[in-house]
Amino acid sequence: MLTAFLILWPALAALLVLLVKGQSAKKVAFGAALLELVVGVWAWINFNPTLSSPQFLLNEPWVASAGIAFKVGMDGISLLMVLLTVFLVPLIILASFKNDYEKPSSFFALILFMQTGLVGVFTALDAFLFYFFWEVALIPIYFIAALWGGADRIRVTFKFFIYTVFGSLFMLAAFVYLYFQTPGTHSSEEVAFYQLVLDSGTQSWLFWFLFIAFAIKMPVFPFHTWQPDTYTEAPAAGTMLLSGIMLKMGIYGALRWLLPVVPLGVSQWADVALVLAIIGIIYGAIIAIRQHDMKRVVAFSSISHVGLIAAGLFTLNEQGLQGVMIQMLSHGVNVVGLFFIIDIIQRRLGTREIAAMGGITQNAPFMTVCFMVLMLGAVALPLTNGFVGEFLLLMGVFRYEAWMGAVAGITIILGAVYMLRMFQRVMFGEKNEITQAFTDLTFTEKAVLVPLVVMVFWIGLHPNTFLSISEPAILNLLEVIKR
Amino acid sequence: MTSIILLSVFGILNLFLGFMKSKKALLPLVLLFLLVVLGATVYDWGQNKTFFNNMLAVDNYTVGFTAVMVLSTIFILPFSRRYVVGEEANLAEYYSLLIFSLVGGVMMVGYENLLMLFLGIEIMSIPMYVLAGADKRNILSNEAAMKYFLMGSFFTGVILFGMALIYGATGHFYLVDIANVANNIDPNMAPLLLMGILLVLIGITFKIGAAPFHFWTPDVYEGTPTLFTGYMSTVVKTAGIAAFYKLMNVAFPAVYQEWFPTVVAITVLTLLVGNIGAVAQTSMKRMLAYSSISHAGYLMIALTAFNDRSENAILFYSLAYGVATIAAFGVLKYVADERGSDDYSSFNGLGKTNPLLAFVMTVSMLSLAGIPLTGGFFGKLFLFSAALEKDMLWLIVVAVLMSAVGIYYYFRVIIAMYMREPVGARVAVDPFAAFTLISLVVLTVLMGVVPGLFSDLL
Repeated sequence: MLTAFLILWPALAALLVLLVKGQSAKKVAFGAALLELVVGVWAWINFNPTLSSPQFLLNEPWVASAGIAFKVGMDGISLLMVLLTVFLVPLIILASFKNDYEKPSSFFALILFMQTGLVGVFTALDAFLFYFFWEVALIPIYFIAALWGGADRIRVTFKFFIYTVFGSLFMLAAFVYLYFQTPGTHSSEEVAFYQLVLDSGTQSWLFWFLFIAFAIKMPVFPFHTWQPDTYTEAPAAGTMLLSGIMLKMGIYGALRWLLPVVPLGVSQWADVALVLAIIGIIYGAIIAIRQHDMKRVVAFSSISHVGLIAAGLFTLNEQGLQGVMIQMLSHGVNVVGLFFIIDIIQRRLGTREIAAMGGITQNAPFMTVCFMVLMLGAVALPLTNGFVGEFLLLMGVFRYEAWMGAVAGITIILGAVYMLRMFQRVMFGEKNEITQAFTDLTFTEKAVLVPLVVMVFWIGLHPNTFLSISEPAILNLLEVIKR
Repeated sequence: MTSIILLSVFGILNLFLGFMKSKKALLPLVLLFLLVVLGATVYDWGQNKTFFNNMLAVDNYTVGFTAVMVLSTIFILPFSRRYVVGEEANLAEYYSLLIFSLVGGVMMVGYENLLMLFLGIEIMSIPMYVLAGADKRNILSNEAAMKYFLMGSFFTGVILFGMALIYGATGHFYLVDIANVANNIDPNMAPLLLMGILLVLIGITFKIGAAPFHFWTPDVYEGTPTLFTGYMSTVVKTAGIAAFYKLMNVAFPAVYQEWFPTVVAITVLTLLVGNIGAVAQTSMKRMLAYSSISHAGYLMIALTAFNDRSENAILFYSLAYGVATIAAFGVLKYVADERGSDDYSSFNGLGKTNPLLAFVMTVSMLSLAGIPLTGGFFGKLFLFSAALEKDMLWLIVVAVLMSAVGIYYYFRVIIAMYMREPVGARVAVDPFAAFTLISLVVLTVLMGVVPGLFSDLL
């Protein structure tokens, strides 16, 4: 029931928010998201971290005759993703308090509605249910980006939508195919898929059907072309949702529905996938160095970071996969914080051009500290969250293939180049007429950034809080893969 | 059977109602009629009865598809409250013609004998020829009626010719007897039988608007008054596909290998023509015409799969597609009447001026595109499942690619409604029509969230 509540409450709250007129909608939405956070933490407290099987299970028939079930539950992997979602959504709502959007009730209702889809994706234990929530999460973010986005939003979001749906339709076809391979009256449950024994030729094409869907969502090179434009054109809250949480749907999907379902396909194509991921790491980083727009720097840096996470997926060893888990959390925290800071700057200065800024430190010391911590987290400085994740991931890749680990390791150097360069030009130097009147953070802005900064250190200093949650599930996953 | 009798009686009664003073009472009465018919239809559920020397069967297949057709008609009629084609004078006749057409539809899904099928097709089509030209002073409506009538009669002839050949080869009109003979057909007669099947198949393909016999669809749909276009693309199509499936399933399962290549070719061609054709349209109405072609293609996937999942898949998809299409035509009618054009551009800014209409249209487009939370998603899922059970992966790949194309043209409407500046004032909608639109949305979402309610009826 707990899981069902976590899934359904945001949708219900979204309907409530729709009824609220005017600017108080955001307060109702924030309250609803806080309640969701409390319930999420409650689940965490009651979670037994020694078990590898899903807990808080709910299994109701959905399309009974076809064996499709409304089966949801959380193992350690799911719980971490749900916690990330329930932690970030209230902050994202709070971050949008100062933006005067038209029709605020629709805007905040869509965010909550998306949360239903996200939590659903992370807890679904039935393939069709997973697909259902996968698309449910997509519709609201499309409208958020397309209705409240920047000047070029129509073209960009349209491309984004068609691109992702195109990919996921292949996933659907693969699911239906797998469904018919299950014995008896057929079942689309996760466990039924895990027990399938398919020949390697079949697994080979199934791998690509599934991988394309997840690779587009992450996105992995060369399926990334929708990402920079969409991140740039979407409103700040949309960008945070996309980069902070939605991107993890792709990684989580691969973890849950690709690796254990077609292990032979994975072993055939892991090298290709790893090379693509590593190209993405280097490619994203190099392009990020060349950007003039802050939002685009972070957008391309995200391609680079996700490339490393994707590489970790295909290493199929414990370090790699645990690195994936912790880095999903870290990336979510860092990228949401960075996009929020960019939004703060844009709101005050009306521009995101790096060249137009300078000397903000002198006016805004508090923001400088927050920005610096998040930035250092993103460049993986020891003691911050990014270090733990990247270290584990690189170790995993290194164990898989030494030269790949070496090439992927360049990300740390390149990451430092584009991040520090941006930070230096924006924050330091002389004040100019644009940054002259910059004011420091308001209370609401602090309320968003402080929890994020705390998380950067929490994950950085004591990653075991989170690693221990996912460890049994990851080990179990590896068992399933090696079956 | 009760539904045929009731519909016929009500149809004639309704003609006399045209003499009534109060035109306002007409629509509620007709809707009441149809609700009674719906009730009587559903009452027959679970019974297997045959009538007219076994020429007509009332089984769950008949009841299910009849219910979908009657329900669709009930949802279409409320949009005629203000006017059908600009003048109220002939409303009673239009309603009667629709009801008579429904009688044909019932016969088309319940037939057990080729003669009954032929009668059904004719009874269904002739009122539609008239209704296509209902907007007498509009040259496009005249053109539509003319084209529909000429082409329609020609293809009826083709069907009749095919039936004659089948009779010649097997010596029977009853489906069951035909199946028996077809099971071990005399090699000399086989070409005759196959030719007959091919001709009937071509004729029905024309009726459901599948490629390559789809050329009439865009022109006829565009010229016909929107209300009747909605009927044509839902009820007529449902009857056609149900009749098609029944014919193949009952009479010709033995020669599956022979007709399968033709049906697959038609399916793929229909998917390609419908979806790619829709991309190029600037008129919403023509886009919906092409979209209806493409949905005929999706429905035919179940026919090519030809297994125990097909019937339920067709029924579910027909309902989901019908509900979404009616909502789309309903909104289109109001917008086009108010703004004077059925181009995409007349939908610009509808999200600002009429949030309700825009929302209904959005849900309907999402359903037609097959996005989850709507009935269209499960419709597609069930159809694809049927085909994949037969291992027709390549067909599904084509269908998936075409679905992605579909998203492109359906979303153009959504983009026009929400992201462009309004081109006109608020569109007036009467409360009853608004209520109907909301019911359609609720039904679409219901089918998308608890598909189990509708998925295993047969």
